[in-house]
Amino acid sequence: MKTLFDRSVPGRHCSILPACDVEVRTPAETRSSALHLPELSETDISRHYTELAKQTFGVNDGFYPLGSCTMKYNPKINERAASLSGFTNIHPTQDHVQGSLKLLHTAEKYLCEITGMDAMTFQPAAGAHGELTGLMLIKRYHELSGHPERTKIIVPDSAHGTNPASSAMCGFTVVNIPSAPDGCVDLERLKEACGEDTAGLMLTNPNTLGIFDRNIQQITEIVHAAGGLCYYDGANLNPVMGIVRPGDMGFDCIHLNLHKSFSTPHGGGGPGSGPVGCKKFLEAYLPGDRITEKDGVYSIEQRSEESIGAVRSFHGNFLVIVKAFAYLTALGKQGVPEAAQNAVLNANYLKHKLEDTYELANKGICMHEFVLTLEGLKKEIGVSAMDVAKALQDYGIHPPTMYFPLNVHEALMVEPTETESKEMLDHVAEIFLDVWKKAHEDPEYLHGAPHHSPIKRPDEVKAARHPVLRVPLHD
Amino acid sequence: MGSYVPSTLKQREEMLREAGFSSMEDLYRDIPDELKRKEPLDLPDGKSELETDRILRSLAMENKEYLSVFRGAGAYRHYIPAIVQSVVNKEEFVTAYTPYQAEISQGVLQSIFEYQTMICELTGMDVSNASVYDGAVAAAEAVSMCRTPKKKKVYISAGVHPDTLKVVRTYCWAAQDEVVVLPLKDGKTDLSGVDGEGASCLILQQPNYFGIIEDAKAAGECAHAAGLTYVLSMDPFAMCLLPSPAEYGADIAIGEGQPLGMPLSFGGPYLGFMAATSKMMRKLPGRIVGETTDADGNKAYVLTLQAREQHIRREKASSNICSNEALCAMTASVYLAAMGPEGMREAARQCYSKSHYLAQEFERIGLKRAYDADFFQEFVTVCDDPEAMLAKLDAKGILGGQPVEGGILWCATEANTKEEIDALVKEVSA
Amino acid sequence: MKTPVELKYAKTHEWVRFTSDTECEVGLTDYAQDALGDLVFVNLPEPDAEAVKGETICDVESVKAVSDVYAPVSGTVTEVNEELLDAPEKINEDPYGAWLFRLSDVSDADELLDAEAYEKHCEEEGN
Repeated sequence: MKTLFDRSVPGRHCSILPACDVEVRTPAETRSSALHLPELSETDISRHYTELAKQTFGVNDGFYPLGSCTMKYNPKINERAASLSGFTNIHPTQDHVQGSLKLLHTAEKYLCEITGMDAMTFQPAAGAHGELTGLMLIKRYHELSGHPERTKIIVPDSAHGTNPASSAMCGFTVVNIPSAPDGCVDLERLKEACGEDTAGLMLTNPNTLGIFDRNIQQITEIVHAAGGLCYYDGANLNPVMGIVRPGDMGFDCIHLNLHKSFSTPHGGGGPGSGPVGCKKFLEAYLPGDRITEKDGVYSIEQRSEESIGAVRSFHGNFLVIVKAFAYLTALGKQGVPEAAQNAVLNANYLKHKLEDTYELANKGICMHEFVLTLEGLKKEIGVSAMDVAKALQDYGIHPPTMYFPLNVHEALMVEPTETESKEMLDHVAEIFLDVWKKAHEDPEYLHGAPHHSPIKRPDEVKAARHPVLRVPLHD
Repeated sequence: MGSYVPSTLKQREEMLREAGFSSMEDLYRDIPDELKRKEPLDLPDGKSELETDRILRSLAMENKEYLSVFRGAGAYRHYIPAIVQSVVNKEEFVTAYTPYQAEISQGVLQSIFEYQTMICELTGMDVSNASVYDGAVAAAEAVSMCRTPKKKKVYISAGVHPDTLKVVRTYCWAAQDEVVVLPLKDGKTDLSGVDGEGASCLILQQPNYFGIIEDAKAAGECAHAAGLTYVLSMDPFAMCLLPSPAEYGADIAIGEGQPLGMPLSFGGPYLGFMAATSKMMRKLPGRIVGETTDADGNKAYVLTLQAREQHIRREKASSNICSNEALCAMTASVYLAAMGPEGMREAARQCYSKSHYLAQEFERIGLKRAYDADFFQEFVTVCDDPEAMLAKLDAKGILGGQPVEGGILWCATEANTKEEIDALVKEVSA
Repeated sequence: MKTPVELKYAKTHEWVRFTSDTECEVGLTDYAQDALGDLVFVNLPEPDAEAVKGETICDVESVKAVSDVYAPVSGTVTEVNEELLDAPEKINEDPYGAWLFRLSDVSDADELLDAEAYEKHCEEEGN
């Protein structure tokens, strides 16, 4: 497809600005190099992006079981609320923002109630950003309690890749511990890893295999006994919100992905929002300003010197928080656990439909997602997880997460979410079974999949060996 | 109550039975009972869509919208063409995930590729990433690109946005880097304290927080003479009128992309852009899209250079970023496409001209500027009682400048008319 | 799998070509490049870097993985093969021609394997 630059015609333009109504001046030193932006009409732009939209698959286009990403439906009322001019036209440093402050304060209260935390910051703009912020709280805690020697963060090998990367950014050394076959923490290995240099543990529960670690209280106790703190990676909160709380499991701080559990859209890669919550004893270290309420009047208060400072400008991705707040308002006390329960039900129902055919990485009840291993299929007939994923595209559904978690070979991680109907799950189960049949009848067909998408499989080796990262322009 | 679960109660029972569960509670039989919450969540009852709409609208109405805005200070009000919202509201773009499955994500991938190209064109740099969270984080990520075990010191101008300084300090504290703040002298960064020993980079903002046009070329020469990487944070409009980051000698060009079509939105979502010389390509954080071919030899786009990133390099990755601001990057692309090269230059000229007109009018009524140096679209006037001045304007529906030490930081862009400016000056002098 | 007899090998799958008693070239073996798949980039060591036997000296990237390269012997890096920066595919195409770096003041070379022993080692590892 043509790029915006290919469509450019010299001299073409949209009429956006009036002529300058004051005397035109120019600075002493000006830009000398050319400015090659595309020259287009509004029709060109509109049609270009409409064409791009047709080559993009969103939750609105169909089933999107991307494991660990919680691609639930994004309610439209959230979008409309976030587009109200009373939110979009507000300068971040202006006064008279009671509406914004009340919204942030109430969202903090709701999310603390759901997670069992005491305070929260909305500055982090994504999950990984939240992880970094949470680890900074842990670092600050040890620093101020006179234990700067606590520099090691324990991360199970089944963790999201962001966990070790965030630890390293925070100046910690990562201690990887192998998990038990079901992805749960091996208590003995954890005990061995804990010591006087332990700063903390990072964990998701349910874990990346979709299993709730029933030893969770023992796990957090072991870390606490060693003097470390426990960090909850909230990427997998969806199946347990309103059912169990990270705070009650023994976690000291957490991040949430509002763009996962709380229905805000992912925008093809962002903006997200990764608020960080913590227990009272860590509150003083939170970044950004604090919002307080007295007699129904909300104000912005600076935090003390003990705060880690700031991890983003202003108050974070405010409009994303508006969307999540609209979602929480609609769901309320009944709707939040209802969403969680149905996420678990849908995952178990689909798993049940597939488990006689596909091999599961782990037997038993799953939470919001389950992991298939195609290792057997690969060995037997040479069809890989990649082949199956690509074949699924031809049926108009988005493939599951591939090759994660790392401790499962040929993994496909399936997370249907609660916003899919029984009819859809039945239909999807048939698709999976059909692909399985095709794989046995005609493996070559799967190696060549997808067959009906806008492009065939791209050459990723070529892209990485000889990077072309922009439209080439010719003067 | 509100719910987005489509299955009926009857269907849920069928599904439970078929999957071997006796009830919804039974789904959680693996979770120890003592962990489970006994009482319902302490949240209000769920609401219908109509009620939710009413609640959100009433909150929005509790914020004050100003008709006339003369405040920037890191968040700028520019005119946003209608096509911008129309394009970025398309559901496919709004609801897609990061484009891992290239075959069904060519639209998002191509849009990022085009964004990268436009950022390269604006900055004059060789390569751009797909965005980071905001301009402040872009500065902190730039420091991470420059850090080596032997280079653990950073020079940063006191003229950067206060939030940028705070964020860089916070990230550097975590990574155990030393931050040396270069003071301002007559509104411009004093470079006399720069010494390359053990330092990795120098960060300057153009124009600086107080609107002043820095001697950005000299700063680059100073950085390079000391063996430092030169990180220049620059307003995207300023780039179209003043020399580009590349012309100033930047090795890494960063900045806040909010002015490119994003509303003020009480601070976010915004857009951090990052571009660099090809030498630093593999140090860029975050997603990068590349062009390649598919199995049939047709043009295709993919996420590339992924071995830099956290999901592969894990604790050895220099950044942990994955989710970024993709839809904001698309917003910037559509905005730049609608404005075109001449529109961008014209907007930049108008920002410069109107802010100078405002400064001239202020001077006419006796308001003194705090610094003599030339400025782009913002300037500081000396004011003894900013609060009183701003309150007076507020009563007239005008959002005045940002209170800063010793005065008020005013901003005028192409979105302010002469009439508006004259009205402001009249109120100030009243 | 090719294993030239004139070279020495480390168990971590690097080959060593001695150019004098105290100088050598180091690269990745055919077995290694085959296991790693299509390589897309090489992060070469800094010239003058100290190589310590058994420790990571640089890494190589495929599309979906990063693999450490270990120093097969100790020494000082005198030169790196910058040609590989633009053509990492050379490691896949000609593993014994595509040297990564050269070392001087080589020591700790006692435990290197000859071709036969290395082939046996690969066989065992493959099982």
